[in-house]
Amino acid sequence: MFTNFYYILRNKGVPVSVTEWVAFIEALYEGHFQSSLNNLYYVGRAFLVKSEAYYDQFDLAFQEYFGGIKTEDVDLTKVLDWLDNPLNKLPRLSREEIAEMQEKMEEFRKQHDMEELMRQFRERLKEQTERHDGGAKWIGTGGKSPFGAYGTHPGGIRVGGESWSQSAAKVAEERRFKNYRNDIILDVRQTKLALKKLRELKREGAQEELDIDETIDKTAKEGGEIELVFNRSRENTVRIILLMDTGGSMLPYTELCERLFSAASQMEHFKEFKYYFFHNCIYQDIYEDIGNYKSMPTEKFLSNFDKRYKLVFVGDARMAYSELFDVNGCIDYFSTNDKPSIEWLIKMKEHFPHSVWLNPTHRNFWGHYTVDTISKIFPMFELTIDGLKDAIKALTSRPKRMAQN
Amino acid sequence: MANAAQGYKGSEDYIASKPLMEIVNVSVALAKPLVIKGEPGTGKTLLAHSISRALNKKLYIWNVKSSTKAKDGLYVYDTVQRLNDARFKDKDITDIRHYIKMGKLGQAFKSDVQVVLLIDEIDKADVEFPNDLLNELDEMTFHVPELDEEVVAKHRPIVIITSNSEKELPDAFLRRCIFHYIEFPDEEMMERIVKVHYPDIEAKLMKEAIKRFYWIREVDGLRKKPSTSELIDWIKALTLGGISADKISAEIPFLGTILKNELDTDRFVKMSQGHGSFGFKRRF
Repeated sequence: MFTNFYYILRNKGVPVSVTEWVAFIEALYEGHFQSSLNNLYYVGRAFLVKSEAYYDQFDLAFQEYFGGIKTEDVDLTKVLDWLDNPLNKLPRLSREEIAEMQEKMEEFRKQHDMEELMRQFRERLKEQTERHDGGAKWIGTGGKSPFGAYGTHPGGIRVGGESWSQSAAKVAEERRFKNYRNDIILDVRQTKLALKKLRELKREGAQEELDIDETIDKTAKEGGEIELVFNRSRENTVRIILLMDTGGSMLPYTELCERLFSAASQMEHFKEFKYYFFHNCIYQDIYEDIGNYKSMPTEKFLSNFDKRYKLVFVGDARMAYSELFDVNGCIDYFSTNDKPSIEWLIKMKEHFPHSVWLNPTHRNFWGHYTVDTISKIFPMFELTIDGLKDAIKALTSRPKRMAQN
Repeated sequence: MANAAQGYKGSEDYIASKPLMEIVNVSVALAKPLVIKGEPGTGKTLLAHSISRALNKKLYIWNVKSSTKAKDGLYVYDTVQRLNDARFKDKDITDIRHYIKMGKLGQAFKSDVQVVLLIDEIDKADVEFPNDLLNELDEMTFHVPELDEEVVAKHRPIVIITSNSEKELPDAFLRRCIFHYIEFPDEEMMERIVKVHYPDIEAKLMKEAIKRFYWIREVDGLRKKPSTSELIDWIKALTLGGISADKISAEIPFLGTILKNELDTDRFVKMSQGHGSFGFKRRF
């Protein structure tokens, strides 16, 4: 049942595992959803989606599969009264019956348009004066009329049932969780979350952790005289350098980069965090401030930081051909460079085996010549949560050799 | 299915949304751990307290810290104490049981009646922490090698796990749980929540305060958005200070109770000044 829903979910990118799906189906057969779309939406989501980042995709999938089942917002206290405490609840249906229902529903939708149905509904509302349970015409419970609740009419208008603050279809339609998606937003909190993965535990610093095994060993050797042995506790030894592009083409992404920066600088678990700036590309100088006033020779930068540091570039990698490949290609009028930028980049890559390039532009725009070239030197990732996660994976795994051109 | 009459329906001092109630009931019925996430101050921890009160079951709280190991929740074998006792020979050290102390999870398993177990802020611990609990939560049993004994849960406890998403929880762990993200309450829900805290509050003051509160939350780029608890504090300050409802609409008194970050305060003040028509003035 609903197997198509599973595939729609997977297609939308919700990582539903078979275990979760089976648990969901089991709960469904045990009647935990009380045959209500709202229950199916909320409780189903609790079973199938394990991160608010996928709620939006779930909404989309839900809409695609269950869309068209809507509840109307009319004053229906009278109707709800009739629907209260139904005499006959929806019978448990078998697979075949439900397949049949779905077919009928399709048919029903083809034959009736919603407008017409609503009109009929209003008319019948005027005529009807009492409650009905069962039957095929009036608004009531059970029964086969397209109007009412707990009935077996496929499609049609469901009235109330439970007093949910909002109906599932409506919530799904609203897509309230759009902002939680992983591939769109990169807020400070989420960035910090992603950066937490960036760690290398090593024993460093003061010896303050009691090593029980050693203590017992030593104590036994000393003939019962207690001898406490301490060990260094494990600490994160990650050292990060952020190199950010301050070129004009980066202007639209300022806020995005700012968020990454503030997240990284708020991280307390890095051993060291340094940041520098560059203008469009790396030449003989990099800068310590965002205005590019205080320069620092790139050679000095390389000698100051050894290969234990992980280097993260942030930039769009998009520039004129000459800026990357030519001597004196630097965009600043007053600067000259006797080494083309590409040589500096290769030098950096050789110096820092753990290095990545984060690009705030969308992958679709990476066709540009310089972007392509740079992405062959440094593994390049989009500046989104997903991209950041991949970048961190690349940073913590063993360094790969430069892609051969 | 848990009988609807006996199921969880929120408690007097805790307002649960309908979806949340249903999810709690399903997770109780299926004996699956429930992972609760949400913005700070949306009542994740209080949910467990509320369930324990509503279903009249004892609550065990396991507060997770950055140094907490999964084993701490099961049991602790106090070797150092035993070693120490051995030295002075004034206590019986032959029985290892004296030195094995059950953790919260172990206590919950050993309880004679079903209990509610809250594993609070699971994300504070090491990334591997939840994985180390996989089997224990799945099978509800664990082995004590020192005694060569199996501790099996007499009654599967109702397990509520909260996370502030400081770290992501491993997939394998989440697969075995039911997950719910508590959304920030809307204004209507917020009114009910405030009423629970201050039943006698003047309606007009409450409405105005809530309106202002949501307005502040909307300010773009706040480092820390104010949460429910900040609103509750703010309303308390307002009532204690005898501020009238009209005053709240004209200015924001006690801004410090809502915005706790200097940068946020600056940003907010700048913004409200920038939009001169709002005519906001900071009070202190």
